[in-house]
Amino acid sequence: MKLIVSEGNPHGIKVLAAAGLWAGGADIQRLQQEEKVVPFLAQPKLPALQLDNGNFLFIPNAICSYFFLSSGKEQSDLSNQWMEWEAAELQPASIAALYAHVVQGKKREEALQSIQKSLHHLDQSLAKTKSTYLLNGSLSVADVVVWASVYPLYTDLSSLPEDLTHFKNWFTNISQLEECQKAAESIVRGQGASAFKLYLQKSPAPLLPSEKTACNEEDDTAPQALSEEDIAAAAEAWSKGLADAPRPRKPQHPILPVDGDKNIMITSALPYVNNVPHLGNIIGSVLSADVFARYCRLRNWNTLYLCGTDEYGTATETKAMEEGLTPQQICDKYNAIHTAIYQWFNISFDYFGRTTTQQQTTIAQDIFNRLLQRDFLLTDTVEQLRCEKCERFLADRFVEGICPFCKYDEARGDQCDKCGKLINAVELKSPQCKVCKETPVIKSSKHLFLDLPKLEERLQKWLDKTLSAGDWTSNARYITRSWIRDGLKPRCITRDLKWGTPVPLDGFTDKVFYVWFDAPIGYISIVANYTNQWEKWWKNPQQVQLYNFMAKDNVPFHSVIFPACLLGAEDNYTVVNHLIATEYLNYEDGKFSKSRGVGVFGDMAQETGIPADIWRFYLLYVRPEGQDSAFSWSDLMLKNNSELLNNLGNFVNRAGMFVHKFFNGCVPEMELLSEDKRLVAQVAAELHQYNQLLEKVRIRDALRCILNISRHGNQYIQVNEPWKCIKGTKEEQKRAGTVTGVAVNMAALLSVMLQPYMPTVAGTIQEQLLVPHEANVLTDLFCCVLQSGHQIGAVSPLFQKLENDQIESLRKRFGGGQLNGDNPEIQVKAQSKVPAPSVDPITDSLEKVKRLQLDVEKQGNHVRDLKSKKAEKSVIDGEVQKLLTLKKELALAEGKSPDPPAQKSKKKK
Amino acid sequence: MGGVGSSGVLVGSAWCLCALPTKMAVGELGALERCLGLKEGKYSSKAQGGGQVPVLQINKGPSLAGLATIASYLAKEAKREELLGASIEEKAIVQQWLEYRITRIDRLSSKEDIRSILKDLNSYMEDKVYLAGNTITLADILIYYGLHPLMADLSIQEKETYINVSRWFSHIQHYSGIRQHLPSLIFIKTRIYSNLH
Repeated sequence: MKLIVSEGNPHGIKVLAAAGLWAGGADIQRLQQEEKVVPFLAQPKLPALQLDNGNFLFIPNAICSYFFLSSGKEQSDLSNQWMEWEAAELQPASIAALYAHVVQGKKREEALQSIQKSLHHLDQSLAKTKSTYLLNGSLSVADVVVWASVYPLYTDLSSLPEDLTHFKNWFTNISQLEECQKAAESIVRGQGASAFKLYLQKSPAPLLPSEKTACNEEDDTAPQALSEEDIAAAAEAWSKGLADAPRPRKPQHPILPVDGDKNIMITSALPYVNNVPHLGNIIGSVLSADVFARYCRLRNWNTLYLCGTDEYGTATETKAMEEGLTPQQICDKYNAIHTAIYQWFNISFDYFGRTTTQQQTTIAQDIFNRLLQRDFLLTDTVEQLRCEKCERFLADRFVEGICPFCKYDEARGDQCDKCGKLINAVELKSPQCKVCKETPVIKSSKHLFLDLPKLEERLQKWLDKTLSAGDWTSNARYITRSWIRDGLKPRCITRDLKWGTPVPLDGFTDKVFYVWFDAPIGYISIVANYTNQWEKWWKNPQQVQLYNFMAKDNVPFHSVIFPACLLGAEDNYTVVNHLIATEYLNYEDGKFSKSRGVGVFGDMAQETGIPADIWRFYLLYVRPEGQDSAFSWSDLMLKNNSELLNNLGNFVNRAGMFVHKFFNGCVPEMELLSEDKRLVAQVAAELHQYNQLLEKVRIRDALRCILNISRHGNQYIQVNEPWKCIKGTKEEQKRAGTVTGVAVNMAALLSVMLQPYMPTVAGTIQEQLLVPHEANVLTDLFCCVLQSGHQIGAVSPLFQKLENDQIESLRKRFGGGQLNGDNPEIQVKAQSKVPAPSVDPITDSLEKVKRLQLDVEKQGNHVRDLKSKKAEKSVIDGEVQKLLTLKKELALAEGKSPDPPAQKSKKKK
Repeated sequence: MGGVGSSGVLVGSAWCLCALPTKMAVGELGALERCLGLKEGKYSSKAQGGGQVPVLQINKGPSLAGLATIASYLAKEAKREELLGASIEEKAIVQQWLEYRITRIDRLSSKEDIRSILKDLNSYMEDKVYLAGNTITLADILIYYGLHPLMADLSIQEKETYINVSRWFSHIQHYSGIRQHLPSLIFIKTRIYSNLH
C-alpha cells in the first residue's frame, strides 16, 4: 500500500490526516508536482493510493474511507451523507474560493462568499447535534474530510468567522489534532493559502456548479422561458424600427484605432507559402477569423483583419529547388495562389501581405537588437543534423524519425504530430533526411537562444492577467499551461540557412532567424506594409484588443514564445488578448494528405461546382470547436439539403413569395397579436444568444441560433397558414398580412445575422427583399426593418439541392486512391465503405441503414406531397405513422437509441 | 400553397449535458428499489451544489439526502450488503465510483468532458469485468444509470472506440432487473472500424 501526494495540492491534506489517524504505518511518497500515477487516467490526478492488489484509489474521500475502514471502524449512512455533501457542494465551492483568491487575486472576503452557505449549514448542523463532532460521539472520517476541505481557506485560525461559533469551535478542535496539524503543515509549509498557487494555476479554472454555462444545444426548438416583460420589451423594440438604430460604420483605409472606440485587431495564422491550404487549414484559421471580423464590423466595432503568407525557411528553399525557381519566385507564385483561394472563399482581409518585405527585416532586427541589449539572448553551440549528401544542415522539418517521447515513427525534427511535444532534432531516433533519405550526421554550430527562463516571471505575470481577462479557448489554456508546467528552456532563434531574415550580429551574419522567431513578427510587419502608422495598432495595448486565430498546434508560439519576445523588447508592444485555437478537422475519418491525394484542397473546392458559401456554411457547421471533427461528403449533402434548403432557404423564400403573391410585392400592414409578440421575443432571444456566443468567438454554436430563427419562422408560417387566411374574411386577410410581414422581417434579420457566415447569400437576400443598407448593424434588438408599404424585389430560391450521384462522384474524386491507386492503406479504407457481396452481418446492417435512409426520405416526400395537396387528415396521419416507424427502424439499424432520452424529447406543435 | 413544410422531418443532433435533473435521480432510485425488491420510498428534493439532490424520508429516522447515500442505504435495507463491496478495498472502490458518478458524470459540461471520462473508464475497464471486485456492485449499477443517456447518443464508431466500456455496459444492461424502464442499447460485437487509433 502506497499513498502518493504532491506538493501544494490541497486534496493532500485530508488523505494525509486520515492516514495519520487511522493507518499509522502507511508508506507515503511525496512528489514535487503533479504526475501521472494512476495508469488508467489520462490526466495526472493526485493524491492516489496504490492498494496491495494493484488497484488504485484516486478520489480523496474514498482514500480516507479506506484508511478509516481498515482501522476496524464502520461508516454510517450519516457519514456517507456528509461525505457526499462535501464532494458535491463544499469542495467545488471551496476550491473556487481558493482559486478566486490565490490565482485571480480577489479579496479574501469576496472570494469566501461562495462558501458562506455551506459554512452556515455546517454551523447549524453542529448546533443541532450539540456534539464536538459531526456524528454523535466520536471523531469520524466525515470530520476529517469536511475539515480538510475548508482548511486551505482558514490556514490562519484567527481568521475564522466569529459569528459561526459552532463551526469555529469544531474547526479549531480538529485543526489542533496532532495528526491533522502535521498533515496540513506538510502541505502548507507555513506559506498560507499561497502554498496552493502553483497547483491551482495548472488546474483548469473551477466553475461553480451554479455558474455553469447553460448548454446551448440542449434543445434547438425548446421554447425559451420568456417573461411577460421580455415579450413587452421585444414588442416595443420591434415597433421602433430603424429610427434610433446606429448607422453602419464606413471603414476607410487605412483603418486606425480610434479613441474611445472598441479597436479590434484580428490575425489568422500566417499560412506557409510552399503549400496549397486544405479545408482544415481554411476553417482552422482564415475562415474562422473572417467570420469573427465580419461580425465585429456588423457590431460597428473598429476592426482590422490581417493575414499574409509566411515565406521564409528551408521548405521554401527546397520547393524552389524542386521547381527550378528562385525562392522569391516560389513565394510570388504561391502568394498568388493563396490570394486567389481566399478571394474565392470570400475572406474579407483588410490587408493580405507577406513576410518577405523590408519592413519585416527592419522590425525583426529591431526586436532582436532590443532583446540583445536587455540581455535576453544567449549564445551556445548546438549539435545539429547535417546531411552530407545534400550538403546542408537539416533544419526542423527536413528530418524525420522516431519520436523520443511517444515512439511515433513520423515525428518531424521540431515537433511530434502525435504527442505534440517539441523535439530537439538530434534527439530523434533513426533520423532520416527527408529529401534523400540518407542518415544525417551530427555537426556543431554556434547559435543564439532566447533566454525564456529569464523572461518567465514577466511572462507568468502577463499570462495570469491575460488568461483571466481574455477569451482563450480551453485547448489554448491547456496547452499554454502544460508548456509552462514542463518548464521553460532557452530556445534557439537562429538557423543555418540563407532564405530568411539576416541576423544583424557579428559572427552570425551567415545565419538567419529561425522561422518561429521571425514568422509572428510578420503580423507586425504586414500592418507596417499596410500603413506607416502601424505603431498605432502594434504599440497600443491600452486601446487595442488583439485576437489571434489558429489551429491548436500553433498555440505555444503565440501564447509563450512570441509574447516573451515582445515583453522582453520592452517597447510597449500590443500582446495577444484573446487566443482562439481550433482542434483538427479530419477528412472522412482520416487525415487530409496532399501526398496521398486525400481530401479537398483550397484550389479544388471551386472545381466541385458547389458555391463558396455552401463550403463556408458546412465548414463552420462542423468547425472543430472544442473537439476534433470530420468533413464528410454525405453530411455536407445532408446539411445542405436539410438545414439550408428545407429550413433556411425555404423560410426566406416563402416569406418573400407571400409578399409577392398576396400583397403585390408590398410589405402589408402588421398588427401584432400576443402570439406574434411572443415570436418576436423568441427571435430577439436567439439574437441575444447569437451575440453572446460570437462575442466569446463560439462560431459554430452561434450558427445554430440562425437556424433556430428560421425554424421558428417555418413553424410560425405553418401554424398560421397565411395562404388560407388570404382567401378568408377581411379579418383573416389582415391576419395573413401580419404573419407575412413578421416573417419577411425575420428574413431581413437573418440576412444580417448570416453575413459573417454566408456573405454572398446574405447579399442575395438583401437584394431580393431590398433591405435598406442601414439595417446592417447588429444590436440585441430585433426591429421591424421592412415597414408596411416597403416594396421588395424579385424573389428566387437561394439554395440548390445536392444530389446523391453528384456527391458520390465527388467523394470518389477526392477520396484518395485515385492519384495513388496502389496505396494499400487507402484501399483498405475504400473497401470498408463498399459492401462486399457476402452476407456478412455488418455489411448487411450497413446495407439496411442505406435502404432505410432511402425509405425514410421517400416516405417523407410522400407525406409532404400529401400535405401540400391538402389530403385528408386521417390519410396524412396514417402516412406520418409509417414514416415514424421507418425512422425508428433506421435509428435501431444505426445503433442509436430509438427512444431519445427523456430530456431531449422535442415539443413539436 | 403550403410549400415545403419542415415539420417533423428534421432530426436535430442535440445532446444534453446538464446536471442530472432530480426527477431522473428519483426515477433511478425507484428503479433501484424495484431491482432490490423494496417498497417504493417517499422522495422529495432539495438544492445542493447548484443542482437538486433527491431526499428520502425514512420512517425510523431523519431523512437522507444524496444519490449515493440513499442508494447505499437501500442496499443495506434490502440485505444486499455485498453490493457495497465484499472487502474493505472493494468498499472503498465502490465508494470511489459512486462519488465519480456524482462529481464527474452528472456534471459533464462539454463533449470534450464526455470523451475524457469515457476514455478513462475505457482504460480502467480494460482488464475488468466489474468496476469493483469480481461481482456486480452498486458502483456498476449507478455508473450504468449515469452513463445511459451518453451511451445512447454514441455512434457505432464511438461505441467501438470505447470498446471496454461498451462491453461492460452491454453486460450490465442484461443483468436481470437492472435496466428497468431504460431502453436497451445496441452494441455490435464485430468491429467495423479497424483503423481506429
